[in-house]
Amino acid sequence: MTRQIISANRLTDGIVVYLTEAGDWTERIDAALIVNDETAVSAAATAAAAVARQHVVDPYPVEIDDAGGTRRPTRFREFIRAQGPTVRRDLGKQAVNG
Amino acid sequence: MYVYDEIDQSLVDQRVAQFRDQVRRRMAGEITEDQFKPLRLMNGLYLQLHAYMLRVAIPYGTLSSEQMRRLAHIARRYDKGYGHFTTRQNLQYNWPKLEETPDILAELAEVQMHALQTSGNCIRNVTADQYAGVARDEVADPRIAAEVLRQWSTLHPEFSFLPRKFKIAVTGTARDRAAVRVHDIGLVIKRNDAGEIGYEVIVGGGLGRTPMIGVTVRDFLPERHLLSYVEAILRVYNLAGRRDNLYKARIKILVHETGREEFARLVEEEWTQIRDSAADLPAGEYERIAAFFAPPAYQAFDGDDAELARWRLEDRAFSQWVRTNVAAHKRPGYAIANISLKPEGGIPGDATAEQMDAVAELAERFSFGEIRVTHEQNLVLPHIRQADLYALWQSLKGHDLATPNLGLVSDIIACPGLDYCALANARSIPVAQRISERFADLDRQHDIGELKVKISGCINACGHHHVGHIGLLGVDRKGEEYYQITLGGSADEKTSLGDIVGPAVSYDAVVDAVETIVDTYVQVRESGESFLETYRRVGKDPFKEKLYATH
Repeated sequence: MTRQIISANRLTDGIVVYLTEAGDWTERIDAALIVNDETAVSAAATAAAAVARQHVVDPYPVEIDDAGGTRRPTRFREFIRAQGPTVRRDLGKQAVNG
Repeated sequence: MYVYDEIDQSLVDQRVAQFRDQVRRRMAGEITEDQFKPLRLMNGLYLQLHAYMLRVAIPYGTLSSEQMRRLAHIARRYDKGYGHFTTRQNLQYNWPKLEETPDILAELAEVQMHALQTSGNCIRNVTADQYAGVARDEVADPRIAAEVLRQWSTLHPEFSFLPRKFKIAVTGTARDRAAVRVHDIGLVIKRNDAGEIGYEVIVGGGLGRTPMIGVTVRDFLPERHLLSYVEAILRVYNLAGRRDNLYKARIKILVHETGREEFARLVEEEWTQIRDSAADLPAGEYERIAAFFAPPAYQAFDGDDAELARWRLEDRAFSQWVRTNVAAHKRPGYAIANISLKPEGGIPGDATAEQMDAVAELAERFSFGEIRVTHEQNLVLPHIRQADLYALWQSLKGHDLATPNLGLVSDIIACPGLDYCALANARSIPVAQRISERFADLDRQHDIGELKVKISGCINACGHHHVGHIGLLGVDRKGEEYYQITLGGSADEKTSLGDIVGPAVSYDAVVDAVETIVDTYVQVRESGESFLETYRRVGKDPFKEKLYATH
């Protein structure tokens, strides 16, 4: 089923990151906080605070599909952000995560 | 090559220091992202899909070996070991860290380079014919005008906040390799009946959402009036260009809505007021700048090198490379060598740090230490002795830089597309790679002949698809990548915009579609007729019939 997580780019190096339940930011999409009705307000506030503290830039919600236990962004653009360039499998998160 | 004076060097050094402080303030939270973004963009630093992207200016596409080595060093030390040469003759790094960008800019400044005006609503890096100074049919070297314009436009206070970005291209030959008719201003150097040198001034060309071919507003502008006339054009645009609508803000819209004659009248009216003012160069300055572009110390040869003919007879692969990648030089016994950055299945315009170092070394050995970047995303060594071509080719082969495909179907322009770009709707690079692989047979490519495929991942048209003989525009259709196909575009002296041939095709179908178009051309062409000539003769119908009969 489709769910939402929050993504941004890290200020210092621009790398794609995701908001975690602990309120910090991870490069791993599978460690991202799933935002639901209960957590939406606090997640948005946490993200805004991270912007104010110069941790991240431009946070926004990303829709994912986690059917089968694997999280995959529903938009191709976000899939590429989560993986890395499709033409350079040795670069981006796919180079580390496979 | 132009060498910075104290003013140039001081300007870039100060800019590095200024940006270092801006980055420090951003990291310390003294300025917000909204405040910082225009500052980083003024230094060529974008935030793209995966990371920051730094666009480095290569004025009129001319590089020294030392500069190329520094670009390689930066790729290795601060990025991921490669760079991407763009359709604006620039270089982009795809993975720089914000905190290291001031150090990168400092490294660039040490070799007289920068990233100024590679973004923002200002006069961008001026581009020129990659064969400048060596083309056989050249009236005058366009790099002189381009350098004059570079100095004049750098941090120009009146033109730093134009309605939109502004691109100028210059060519010194009637044969247009600089796509001057699809720039905001295109300058063609020519002689008048009295033998004096001047410019045909073309205004209002551009690609993007609303592609237009520029119109000539002055058939002959005397050389000495270059700056005042360009200033008059910029002033008219700055005052009358639209700022209310991003998509109507380029000068092409103003020229189109005003009409060529009225726009030209407004420019002439403005120019009348400033033509004899300080806007033009002081006496001697043009000559001072021109002296930097004096020819290198060529050896004297009577004619073509006999060894070259012998090697061509003995080595078919070498002969094939000479046929496609080597162009005539204005000096007897010399040649222009094009280095294709489009190996089979490769990423158009990408070069590894090792390849950059190799090109720098070969330029030093064979080309007076000079390199050019082309808007078609290739490199050029402009001053090769014909007697050295075989040795050069052998060295290039060792670095996967000797693909003999210049101007052929696999010599594809492709923007970074959705693999890197935050604006893109669809991928460009893998489409280019798949076309390149489909047409891997070089004999087939040579049989097809000149064919320019250009691919953009969105309507902004960084891949120049409107002026591709075959143009592909990536679009997002309900989350799926589709490609709109245009035919018959051209960016040369007979510039034309491609015609949309029919409904867009899917990512999976697009390579088959290109092959169908090519096969149709081969079937209907007349003897010796190029793809473009055939298209202009028969129109799109034969292609449309074949394409949509099979899809």
